[in-house]
This record gives sequence, C-alpha cells and structure tokens, in this order.
Amino acid sequence: MKLLTHNMLTSHVKGVTKGYPLLIKATEVKVSEVEFNPQFVIRMIPKLEWPSLVQAAAGLGYLNDLPSDLVPDYENNEEFLRKVHRVLLEVEVLEGCLQCPESGREFPISRGIPNMLLNEDEV
Amino acid sequence: MKLKELESCLQQVDVFEEPKLLLEQYPTSPHIAACMLYTIHNTFDDIENKLIADLGCGCGVLSIGAAMLDAGLCVGFDIDEDALATFKMNAEEFELKNIDMVQCDVCQLELAAYDKKFDTVIMNPPFGTKHNTGMDMQFLRMALNMARTSVYSLHKTSTREHIQKKAVDWKVKMEVVAELRYDLPASYKFHKKKSVDIEVDFIRFSIT
Repeated sequence: MKLLTHNMLTSHVKGVTKGYPLLIKATEVKVSEVEFNPQFVIRMIPKLEWPSLVQAAAGLGYLNDLPSDLVPDYENNEEFLRKVHRVLLEVEVLEGCLQCPESGREFPISRGIPNMLLNEDEV
Repeated sequence: MKLKELESCLQQVDVFEEPKLLLEQYPTSPHIAACMLYTIHNTFDDIENKLIADLGCGCGVLSIGAAMLDAGLCVGFDIDEDALATFKMNAEEFELKNIDMVQCDVCQLELAAYDKKFDTVIMNPPFGTKHNTGMDMQFLRMALNMARTSVYSLHKTSTREHIQKKAVDWKVKMEVVAELRYDLPASYKFHKKKSVDIEVDFIRFSIT
C-alpha cells in the first residue's frame, strides 16, 4: 500500500461518521525506487489531504523534512516535488494494519494489500 | 507502444486459476483489454499521468496494461484475495511500480467513498447475471462517483437501453465506443457449449 492510496482510504464501519484518516500500524515497510514524474506529482498535490499525508509519513519515519503546510509555488520546486514523490509512491507498507480512528477497528495489511472488507454486522 | 505489442504483453498476464461462479470471474481477454486501453490512451488521453481505479480488477489485466501505458498510478479494487494474489504476482513479474491494490467489496462501499478521487475509472464489471442481478449498475454508479473525468466499462449490449436511461438520470454523457464480441470460454459447468459469444458494448461515460 502506497501512501497515495492510503490518502484516499476511509473506514466505513457501520455507525462511524469520521473514519478518516486511518492510522497506519506498520510492521514492515519497503521503499523502492519509482520513476519521478513531476507532472503527476504536481497534479496530485492539490487533491491530497495534505495533513494526513504528513501524519502518515511521520508515523512511518519517512517524513524527510516534509513541511506540515504546503509550500507556495511548489510547481517549480523540484526538491520539494521529489520529496512528495517519495512519500506518495516509493514508500510502501507491506505488513501491518490500518486502524479506524473512530471505532478502533483494524484492517489488516498483508503482502502490501489492505483488506477493507467488512463483516455483515458492520455494514 | 503499439497495439500489437501491448496485446502480446497482456498475453503473459496470468488469469484466475479457479474462477469463482458467484463472483463472475471471467477474465478480460488480452485482445479486448489491449483494444480498450489503446483507445482510452490514444483517442481520449485518459491514462498517461492519470490516477486510475480498476474496479473488480481480478488478476489485473486492465491495470497492468494501464500501468504499461504510463498511468501515474493505477489502483485495483477486488473482493477476492486469490485474484489479488495473482494480480500481485503479475505486477511483480512485469516489474511495474505504478500499481497498487485494495481488497474491498465495491458493492459494500458507501457512494461517497473515493468521491472524485480518481481521474479515470476502467473496469470490466460483473455482467450482473445469475446471482448478481444489478451488480453491473452498482459498479457503474460507484465508478461514476469515483472518477473526475471519465469511466470506461464493458456492458452487455442487451442492457444498452437501460444504461442509457440511467446515464440520463445520473447526468453523465454516454458513448458506445465499440461493439465487441466477448468470447466466454466455458469455464463453468452450467455452460453447455464449448464457448459462448456474447455481444458487449465498450462504453465511455464522461462526467461533465
């Protein structure tokens, strides 16, 4: 699970009103090189929930000086875009779980795939 | 990348070992997948640098093709962990890094989940026959909420009129890009013939 994907994931357990952001409890994290594509990163930035990206990166120990507020004029700041690229696409959670902030329900992550399936009584 | 090249790559993609009837796990043939993706890429430019969702991705043939055509990231969603495990192996074999996966039940999601988070949604949804009546439309509804720009999907030609009505209700523009013959191999016991050709529409929905 990449942090770009995590940035979009919400818990929909029955009764939960604010199932976002999911807390990452990782036991195995991998960083692998992904080709840097500045256009894609620039397009993604305004669509991200920035605070939850920063929180997720910090929780995994990969904050790498990412500022808690978006920098102005980031389109022309390659150093910044590379940092964002790294946390969005290169850092991957392989094992662990995601915890719903409201219900505490844990969703397991196994071989890099979060399992968001709900039981019948949770729908 | 040329169409032939894409198709021959997609022929290397592993498919369901034991298709599950209840999930309507018919693989998308490499030929159909390649034609779809090639058109989405060349005619509509909805793949390169885009954030893409693949609903009911199965073993990932559409996602893998989209990743090869330089999607920014393609996220596959499927309920079945066996299919996702095969998808994962496929992605690793092709050394594709712009792919991610989520195990979830598309029909269980709230409509507001992933609201406009993706640029493009691509899918070959369950056709909604047998035990899954209406599932194709549930997938479509969800996809239209997830996408900012467009949704590409396969539907039985026999349901075209129904889908047209729904598209009007949901205020999206619908265009049948191509009419395909979908050759369903007799994967299941209830199929008496060796294989069945069904008519399928390749449809583009654009969100205005």
